[in-house]
Amino acid sequence: MGVIKKIQHDCRHATYLIEKRQHTSLTIKERMQLGIHLWGCSVCRLYQRQSRWINRMLHTLFHSPEDTKGKLSDEFKQELQQKIDDRL
Amino acid sequence: MSQAEVTNDQPARAFEPEPRHWVERYADHLYSYAFDRLNHEEQARDLVQETFLAALEKVGQFQGNSSERTWLTAILKYKIIDVYRKRNSGLRTQRIDEEPELEFFEQSNGHWKEAYCPRQMGVEGGDPLVNKELAAILKKCLQKLPALWLSVFTMKHMDDAATETICKELKVTPGNFWVIIHRAKLNLRACIQKSW
Repeated sequence: MGVIKKIQHDCRHATYLIEKRQHTSLTIKERMQLGIHLWGCSVCRLYQRQSRWINRMLHTLFHSPEDTKGKLSDEFKQELQQKIDDRL
Repeated sequence: MSQAEVTNDQPARAFEPEPRHWVERYADHLYSYAFDRLNHEEQARDLVQETFLAALEKVGQFQGNSSERTWLTAILKYKIIDVYRKRNSGLRTQRIDEEPELEFFEQSNGHWKEAYCPRQMGVEGGDPLVNKELAAILKKCLQKLPALWLSVFTMKHMDDAATETICKELKVTPGNFWVIIHRAKLNLRACIQKSW
């Protein structure tokens, strides 16, 4: 199998590069490999769209306002306050 | 000392620690911060307590060059990383060269396996998390990730931590870091597709 053909077929490596690119810059060789692959592979283009979309969801999930989440019970807070007061 | 006296402290100078007010001012914030990163109520509660008690002992070292809240959060952060390390130590048996991504791709040429091939879900590109059902699926799928992958993922996406920092704190080589990010995302995406 020729080098180009290998790149065109290798979705495993392409998805690895898709992930890496979302966090850092790729080398020139990696950029070429990914470009060649994505040009001919609609499945990995879809993967890339979904991967970015998941990252946006993660960002929203991890940065959502605090009031939607669980709170500490008053009882636990009172005990905690007592422990602190005892040490002061 | 009674509660009344406790709350009648003199107003302190800027950035002077006021441990008596920590619980009312920061407990919920710290708990929420820890819970988000550990997804475990009891561990999160324990860490809030440990953070306050550790901070009490270090109160003399508080420089006042950050806010009290930032200072306490930084202490908590180290404790969370300790929990990650402990969780991950149970995973050392899983070697990085076991190639779990071969679940998704053909070994011979790297092609997607039919069963795991990405398909249109019809929600891509939409406003993230407007859909509560989708948010629930995402959370559930995150919890299925192995501890090490989830720690790397959480530090990267939640705290935007630098890759070098994550590698150092979780003792992961830079080469393995991208492999982990890749595996975690492949699994997460597949799980979402399966559950949607």
